[in-house]
Amino acid sequence: MSKIRDAFKNGKAFIPFITCGDPDLETTGKIVRAMEQAGADLIELGIPFSDPTAEGPVIQGANIRALAGGVTTDKIFAFVKELRKDVKIPLVFMTYANVVFSYGTERFVKTCAEIGIDGLILPDVPFEEKEDFAPVCKEHGIDFISLIAPTSENRIAMIAKEAEGFVYLVSSLGVTGMRSEIRTDLNTITAKIRENTDTPCAIGFGISKPEQAAALADCADGIIVGSAIMKLIAEHGKNAAEPVADFVRAMKQAISGEA
Amino acid sequence: MTNPNGRFGIHGGQYIPETLMNAVIELEQAYNHYKNDPAFNAELETLFNEYANRPSRLYYAEKLTKALGGAKIYLKREDLNHTGAHKINNVLGQALLAKKMGKTRLIAETGAGQHGVATATAAALMGMECVVFMGEEDTKRQALNVYRMRLLGSEVIPVTTGTATLKDAVSEAMREWTNRIDDTHYCLGSVMGPHPFPTIVRDFQAVISKEIRQQILEKEGRLPDVVMACVGGGSNAIGTFYHFIPDEGVRLIGCEAAGRGIDTFETAATISTGKLGIFHGMKSYFCQDEYGQIAPVYSISAGLDYPGIGPEHAHLHDTGRAEYVAVTDDEAVNAFEYLSRTEGIIPAIESAHAVAHAMKIAPEMDKDKIIVVTISGRGDKDCAAIARYRGEDIHE
Repeated sequence: MSKIRDAFKNGKAFIPFITCGDPDLETTGKIVRAMEQAGADLIELGIPFSDPTAEGPVIQGANIRALAGGVTTDKIFAFVKELRKDVKIPLVFMTYANVVFSYGTERFVKTCAEIGIDGLILPDVPFEEKEDFAPVCKEHGIDFISLIAPTSENRIAMIAKEAEGFVYLVSSLGVTGMRSEIRTDLNTITAKIRENTDTPCAIGFGISKPEQAAALADCADGIIVGSAIMKLIAEHGKNAAEPVADFVRAMKQAISGEA
Repeated sequence: MTNPNGRFGIHGGQYIPETLMNAVIELEQAYNHYKNDPAFNAELETLFNEYANRPSRLYYAEKLTKALGGAKIYLKREDLNHTGAHKINNVLGQALLAKKMGKTRLIAETGAGQHGVATATAAALMGMECVVFMGEEDTKRQALNVYRMRLLGSEVIPVTTGTATLKDAVSEAMREWTNRIDDTHYCLGSVMGPHPFPTIVRDFQAVISKEIRQQILEKEGRLPDVVMACVGGGSNAIGTFYHFIPDEGVRLIGCEAAGRGIDTFETAATISTGKLGIFHGMKSYFCQDEYGQIAPVYSISAGLDYPGIGPEHAHLHDTGRAEYVAVTDDEAVNAFEYLSRTEGIIPAIESAHAVAHAMKIAPEMDKDKIIVVTISGRGDKDCAAIARYRGEDIHE
């Protein structure tokens, strides 16, 4: 069993996402540490990609700023190695297939294992194409995270049966970004997932408010938030650690029923 | 040529978000059903012939041939199709398919605007809603086409992300498709993207080589020595090549946009400067940096200004069945002017890339050899930009 399961032992898991290098890696480091202190159970570290097709405007902007600032895959590897000296919670990379493939999948995944990364999320790699990545991840003890969407329907069982680490349940249609309302019948989907796996299930896409997170947490094991955090970082820049920590604390309390 | 999982050799595949998987599976099932349905094919053929003006002419360019002094040159006149380019072939096929699938709304990306205009046209004809994504940079380069799409009843959304050109328009159309799938078909304009698009678009464009084969046999009693076309994503080129792939004696040449040169960063020549990667739903060759970040490519031609190439072309390159050459802005502009003066045919600046390479190889070939060059579109849309390239102060 991987370290990712530990993230789900402390009640409902709160999983923040952060694009590495926006505005710079030093700030990303401060924010990651602050988020761990504030109760984050697992952190998704985004390696920026020039053309992130699954992202809405907020994370697209973060990717562009990070790349313009000169962040590279190698710099992020060195950064995570440093981070791992004191950050204990599970960490997963979230990026796009070409970032991994162009680096050399074997070389990329081997480095992930060496620097203490626990999982990999590639939103442009569906079940049918995971053979390029999942076996290499398995070999190095990295969980290759599967995504399930509101449109997955007859595919849910197939995906859930092979899920590792946690199931990333996409809350609604469209790309990442804050939504005022999520109407998908997520209970039916999570029930179907649970029929097929005991791997924990976390819901992401469009979640930005504590009350929204609390409501969704009822039917899942964890909540993932990205755009709302990247928006705070865009607003506060190098001083974002404190407001982001406050936000993480409020979200963790809300999904733990303490709000 | 396609494996069951949508691969061309190692290329192709379906690298897309899970949200879209059932949509592409549904599309593949519908296509597999209708491609063998006689009623569907009859309806499409009627649209091709009565509406789009097919078959397009295979014209013997006698003046051009004599001026170059070598091989006989035939031009496949896709520029004479309704809407002025080969794009209509694919669009009529996909729009008809989408309609049979019960979709009421088409979305599309466009570079030069030709695919956007073709999609807007088919949507108007078939009473469907239409939204076209176009890089903001391209909406400026091709302002007339923006108006044309609006005139046809479509909404045009300028894309400001990234380089604000074709690749960003594709990304934005994909994002929109994940947002609204039920009533919407993504009418992809080239032989790219996730399976089954490269196969569907190729099949609808293959009418080009089917006609060339028949027409050249009628005119010359034999197959050509060379068939050639320009390549961005590669839809007119694959259409031009397809029915000649089994004929080993026919050389297939794709002409990429070198922009200011393949030794500069201002190029869009994927085969010459790209490497294997995964992007926009497919494994293929892409212009990218050492970390896999997609390069901001450049070409004078908005239609060839794309950092990738369709997976079937990547495979034809791997196997050596087709050759891919790079043609610079300067060479293309020269060819644009040369064909206009010698034959009275103004080609699209995209197609001028193929004409430029024909101008290089024809003089070296014997007079009994035959070259077929596909003129994928007409050049009216490019006149103002080429005049500006030559230093004239013309605005549309």
